[in-house]
Amino acid sequence: MHISEGVLSGPVLLTGGVLAAAGTAVGLKQLDYDHIARAGLLAAAFFVASLIHVPIGPSSIHLILNGIVGLLLGWGAFPAIVVALLLQGILFQYGGLTTLGVNTLIMAVPAVICYYLFAPLVHRRRKIALAAAFGCGLVSILLGAVVAGAALMFTEENFLEVTVLIISAHIPVMVIEGVITSFCVAFLIKVQPELLPGYDRRPDPAPVERDSDES
Amino acid sequence: MITEPLAHGDSYLHRLDPRLRVITAAAFSCTVAVFDAFPALATACGTALALLLLSGLEIRAALRRLAVVLGFLLLLWLVLPLTFEGAVAAGLGPVNLYWPGITLAAQISLKSTAIIAAFTALAATMPISTLGQALARLRVPAKLVYLLLMCYRYIFVIEKEYHRLHTAMKIRGFRPRTRLHTYRTYAYLVGMLFVRAAARAERVHQAMNCRGFNGRFHSLAVFPPHPANRWFAVAAGSVMVVLLWLEWSG
Repeated sequence: MHISEGVLSGPVLLTGGVLAAAGTAVGLKQLDYDHIARAGLLAAAFFVASLIHVPIGPSSIHLILNGIVGLLLGWGAFPAIVVALLLQGILFQYGGLTTLGVNTLIMAVPAVICYYLFAPLVHRRRKIALAAAFGCGLVSILLGAVVAGAALMFTEENFLEVTVLIISAHIPVMVIEGVITSFCVAFLIKVQPELLPGYDRRPDPAPVERDSDES
Repeated sequence: MITEPLAHGDSYLHRLDPRLRVITAAAFSCTVAVFDAFPALATACGTALALLLLSGLEIRAALRRLAVVLGFLLLLWLVLPLTFEGAVAAGLGPVNLYWPGITLAAQISLKSTAIIAAFTALAATMPISTLGQALARLRVPAKLVYLLLMCYRYIFVIEKEYHRLHTAMKIRGFRPRTRLHTYRTYAYLVGMLFVRAAARAERVHQAMNCRGFNGRFHSLAVFPPHPANRWFAVAAGSVMVVLLWLEWSG
């Protein structure tokens, strides 16, 4: 989901650039050198995953997955998404330089918001965790469409139809991203829970306690 | 497969200093993005396409690269003239075509073609490792450059990983359909990509520490001076002045 070159007005592009730069600065500050390698590789995985097309009816959509990137990286999602978008622009001509800021906001703002909303829930009981992950995928797309719509509306009020169209066109994407994020988080909880935020590194509780948990 | 077909060439543009190219691309994009006047936009678009020709790309390859943008523009031409109301240009039965919509669609088409073509000709004609080094010399934060280079380095590795997992899925008879099983399979695939990326990051980080990485990314790249740089800078500067004059007088 991104806005093409040449559509937005100067002030909107400038605001987008400044806000994205600020977010990236915060993200870089929080990423110490021990974690940049991880952020870089996760950004690469995010880049590759966004090339995956999943079928929906006769058509197909590509995954966006900014919600999960938010869960995994927190504020680090900002620099990771900037880098991934820049690479997309260079390798596939998906965008140029002037929309980099706005497009970063479209993906990274929902990622960070989802991090704050849903990260505390992913290590709770299974049902809560899966519901939170579904919400994370759904909300990340919804908010992205809202940010994109806002950028269009601030450019030109007549874009209202386009904005409504964007949000309604993304409803199936929201549901699919929700489902995929939910399964993906379930997978990560099973395979490598320490990737998810707020994982308690203490060893497994004593068997007695675990019994009482399960009953 | 992800490739960089434009990065390695031997055109005039490929020989220019990468820093100069990055700065020119940025300045050109930011200026054109705020233009409204048609003479300025048309000249900018022409200049950018000329740059694209100068970069020695095959026309067909270049068009394929621009297909995403062109598809978007086509959609725009279908929507805007019908919805962007104002003076009526033509009536087609029950629907009207409006002038403001046509004007806006034309402006956006010229602008986006100009920006993307210039960006492709100037920035996509260098390997991303060179771009990273150029950005580092231009005082872009070191951490961001490091992140860019790491991401670039491992995109190809992770894509291979993805193809391997995808082949394994296909061999087991996976066929994508609109149903929950498909979505679960793709979600596990994505999860596996993240798990492997994180594991690899850990190993890479340890290996870098073993080799004495202390947070500074040294670059041995030098960008030697070349007379072509000065001429290009002068030409780019004059084109920008002409564009600004066209915009203000237009």
